[in-house]
Amino acid sequence: MSSISSLENAELSKGKLQSMFAQILASSKVLLLPLVGISCFLLVWAITANSINTSLGKFPGPVAVLTQFDNLYQEHVTERQKAQAFYERQHKRNADRVAKDPSYQAKVRPYTGKETFWDQIVTSLITVMSGFGLAAFLAIPLGILMGLNASVQAAINPIIQLFKPVSPLAWLPLVTMVVSGVYVSADPIVAKSFINSMLTVTLCSVWPMIINTAIGVSRIDQDLLNVSQVLRLSTWTHIKKIVLPASVPMIFTGMRLSLGVAWMVLIAAEMLAQNPGLGKFVWDEFQNGSSESLSRIMAAVLVIGFIGFLLDRGVLAVQRWASWEKH
Amino acid sequence: MVSIGAQAELGYPEKEELKFGFIKLTDMAPIAIAYEKGYFEDEGLYVTIEAQANWKVLLDGVIDGRLDGAHMLAGQPIAATIGYGTEAHIITPFSMDLNGNAITVSNDVWAKMKPNIAKQADGKPVHPIKADALKPVVDSYTQAGKPFNMGMVFPVSTHNYELRYWLAAGGIHPGYYAPHKGDTSGQIDAQALLSVTPPPQMPSTLEAGTIYGYCVGEPWNQQAVFKGIGVPVVTDYEIWKDNPEKVFGITAEFAEKYPNTTIRLTRALIRAAKWLDDNNNANRPEAVKILSQSNYVGADYDVIANSMTGTFEYEKGDKRSVPDFNVFFRHNATYPYYSDAIWYLTQMRRWGQIADDKPDTWYKDVAAKVYRPDIYAKAAKSLIADKLISAESFPNFETETGFKQPQTHFIDDIVYDGSKPNAYINSFAIGLKQGERL
Repeated sequence: MSSISSLENAELSKGKLQSMFAQILASSKVLLLPLVGISCFLLVWAITANSINTSLGKFPGPVAVLTQFDNLYQEHVTERQKAQAFYERQHKRNADRVAKDPSYQAKVRPYTGKETFWDQIVTSLITVMSGFGLAAFLAIPLGILMGLNASVQAAINPIIQLFKPVSPLAWLPLVTMVVSGVYVSADPIVAKSFINSMLTVTLCSVWPMIINTAIGVSRIDQDLLNVSQVLRLSTWTHIKKIVLPASVPMIFTGMRLSLGVAWMVLIAAEMLAQNPGLGKFVWDEFQNGSSESLSRIMAAVLVIGFIGFLLDRGVLAVQRWASWEKH
Repeated sequence: MVSIGAQAELGYPEKEELKFGFIKLTDMAPIAIAYEKGYFEDEGLYVTIEAQANWKVLLDGVIDGRLDGAHMLAGQPIAATIGYGTEAHIITPFSMDLNGNAITVSNDVWAKMKPNIAKQADGKPVHPIKADALKPVVDSYTQAGKPFNMGMVFPVSTHNYELRYWLAAGGIHPGYYAPHKGDTSGQIDAQALLSVTPPPQMPSTLEAGTIYGYCVGEPWNQQAVFKGIGVPVVTDYEIWKDNPEKVFGITAEFAEKYPNTTIRLTRALIRAAKWLDDNNNANRPEAVKILSQSNYVGADYDVIANSMTGTFEYEKGDKRSVPDFNVFFRHNATYPYYSDAIWYLTQMRRWGQIADDKPDTWYKDVAAKVYRPDIYAKAAKSLIADKLISAESFPNFETETGFKQPQTHFIDDIVYDGSKPNAYINSFAIGLKQGERL
């Protein structure tokens, strides 16, 4: 800070100066350094992108990607207008048909046009949260049971160790086949593709949660267990008052790990199975092979990363809230 | 806008919300046009069109009902019905187009082929280029102990049979299949080893040196020219003039359960095909614009336009006029001819995908099981009744047998008569003959 010398003339006490200096230093740690990091990254990206030649033209730099974000937004707007026109046509068609055939029950069908980038983001988020929610619903009780009971743990542990390292992509064909065999209905409430993606996410994100929950539960302080025994708490009360509060940090660690896995798995599953979502967006663009494809994929990559980051922070926030509740 | 009421006898569709799959190739155009021009909506159909990762995923989608119908390789419904690969009864009420493929080789292979090709007065190669020019190149690879790899899009694809046809016509053995021995690699006795690569990845696989050439639909041949990574040497129009390429496939169960829907979707597709060929391809530029949208084919306008607007670029700068490179409606392109289905069956037999001899009648029966000109005729007649398309645009449904006259325009000049499949199989120098079994 070269401005310090000029500040000496000012009527500021030394103490004030020091505190200001400390403040600037502190805020620079929070704001300045990340900004420096990001700027460096953008610079390196712009320079290297310019020197990478692919068969689809140059690798997209920051400017190209920024332009694509605008394009994607514009496409979204146009598509919404098309949807509007679609509904108007449909309304008219339904009205005509009712005029001809009064017994006809007019039905409004959802827009059939293309999903925009923003639609795909929403789809992916809904899918990942459903899959993750289902995994948590299965994993946490099972983890608690394993943590409380060594025999159950010994029995289930090998299965978990066996399935934990399996890639989501290996599950996908199995899930697809089973779902298409079992989930049969003429008018399904939710699409098969959604169930496929969701179950694949569940199968991959369930393991870290089970393991961490079990570890958390089995490592509860002996004093707490003694208290519970002295008070002769029933099993349910024991779990509610002793086990859960003490193992919350580990459960949340498992959840954070799982959600990270879930998000990663989902994108891969969507790419492979062509299920709606960000993964499909990336794959479609890759298949398009147009001169804009790479910058659109890069835009999607940044969005995927940013959403992953937000999801992680979200779980952290919930964890903080949950641990405050307990104290 | 056409009012639905005009064809009161046709009845409303039983299933109004449909999902169709496609692969990102220009010949999916009829589906995109039927949607964008509102032909599906005119029939009271609300169609979602969804790109699929590859032919296998697309076929499984139609079989398990995730998709109601799809843009398919002509061989797919046939293979599924006879149980080669996944078994399922799939039918075809509508043939999507003629021609549209080409064979591309890498720059390096092209440089080695060039000395073996005759030149025109202007120094450009004489077309069609036969595989005879490639044979010395393949032989040199074989002598060096290197496999000569080529790519095609699917074991029962038009591209596989066209590439094999072209290679075999030039004396290069493309290999046999032996499904009864569990060998479905298609590389038994092969001099050129063919393997599956998804269409959009063809140029990058060629660039990576994994394959030295491929047979694929557009835009992936012109893409190779644009990117300077390969040279298309022959179009399928030159291998077999006006060959049937893609079909629209639905399950037999779907057609039975939803007869009106089936006829209506066929009507919409016929109208789209006609629009594509109207006034001597006048609408093609608009079609290319639609196809270049990211949710359809998504390649650059120029790349798609190259072949869709009646030209084809071989070597960079060697642009030739091929007005019939993509035919969607002329020459009765949309009518599902039995003889077209039988040609695919003969090639399946020729290369061993059908392991055993079959009598001529079997070929006819299978073709009639898969290709459904009856549905097509109903759709076409109602279009004629609605004065949307003139009767002259269609075959004469009273006299049409479903067999084309013996076809003569093959690169090796062998004549194909669909009513004598076994005789046709026996006329090839390379390939399984009647009575042979691996």
